[in-house]
Amino acid sequence: MTPLPCYLLLSALLFAIGLAGALTRRNAIIVLIGIELMLNAANLNFIAFWRYGPNPQALTGVMFVIFSIGVAAAEAAVGLALIISIYRHYRTTNLDEVDSMKG
Amino acid sequence: MTLPFAIIGILTLASTMAAMSLRNLVHCALALTVTFAGLAAFYMQLDAQFVGFAQVLVYIGAVAILIVFAILLTHRDEPPRPSIFSATWVVGVGIAVAVFGVLGGLVLSSQAVTRKVPPPPDISVRQIGEQLMTRFILPLEVIGLLLTAALIGAVIIAMHEKGRE
Repeated sequence: MTPLPCYLLLSALLFAIGLAGALTRRNAIIVLIGIELMLNAANLNFIAFWRYGPNPQALTGVMFVIFSIGVAAAEAAVGLALIISIYRHYRTTNLDEVDSMKG
Repeated sequence: MTLPFAIIGILTLASTMAAMSLRNLVHCALALTVTFAGLAAFYMQLDAQFVGFAQVLVYIGAVAILIVFAILLTHRDEPPRPSIFSATWVVGVGIAVAVFGVLGGLVLSSQAVTRKVPPPPDISVRQIGEQLMTRFILPLEVIGLLLTAALIGAVIIAMHEKGRE
């Protein structure tokens, strides 16, 4: 079976790519996608640690990931509603054009 | 490292990079779907079949469709921009590389690396359901409340404001 560090490194790489996307892209939807990718990387870590932990029969990792997926779904729904609302006010989804609070 | 892990890993990472770097937003959403499918495959490899199917249902079935809808609703024919990346992209990439460096260094130097793998757990959906109704009943109720609040909140935020124009 694949050793645990492979999963951890893959999840770290996913997190880093998602973070780079969230920090560098202009479009608000892509930034939200980057945040989703970071959440997914954390979920992969939960499952990997649960499977390789001392007591996989306890189901704690699985439960945590199920609740985490639920929270991520709520976050995506509210985030996309916010983006649509911003688009209606500013007619753009580019984050660097939404700067009316900039000093 | 086994062959299935390598294949799914390369596919997932390639589609993640595509989702973060392509110019066309619909292509980004499609690449994101491939990433979610790869993660579901990882969950199934790690003997968490229920989580894998939940990932397929929630992420590929709902979140990806939601993102495509948001792209359609915010689509506008605007002149092609010179860059899809923000002006300070060097800082962002630097932070991401630093984060990966720290995480990767910690993983490679950790003691958990040499731990031996326990036998595959025998979990059924019935056990998950029983646990959800007994030990995890409070988080279940909280997540139900959270989803209801998020649903109502999303509708109210995105609702067209009358009398504004």
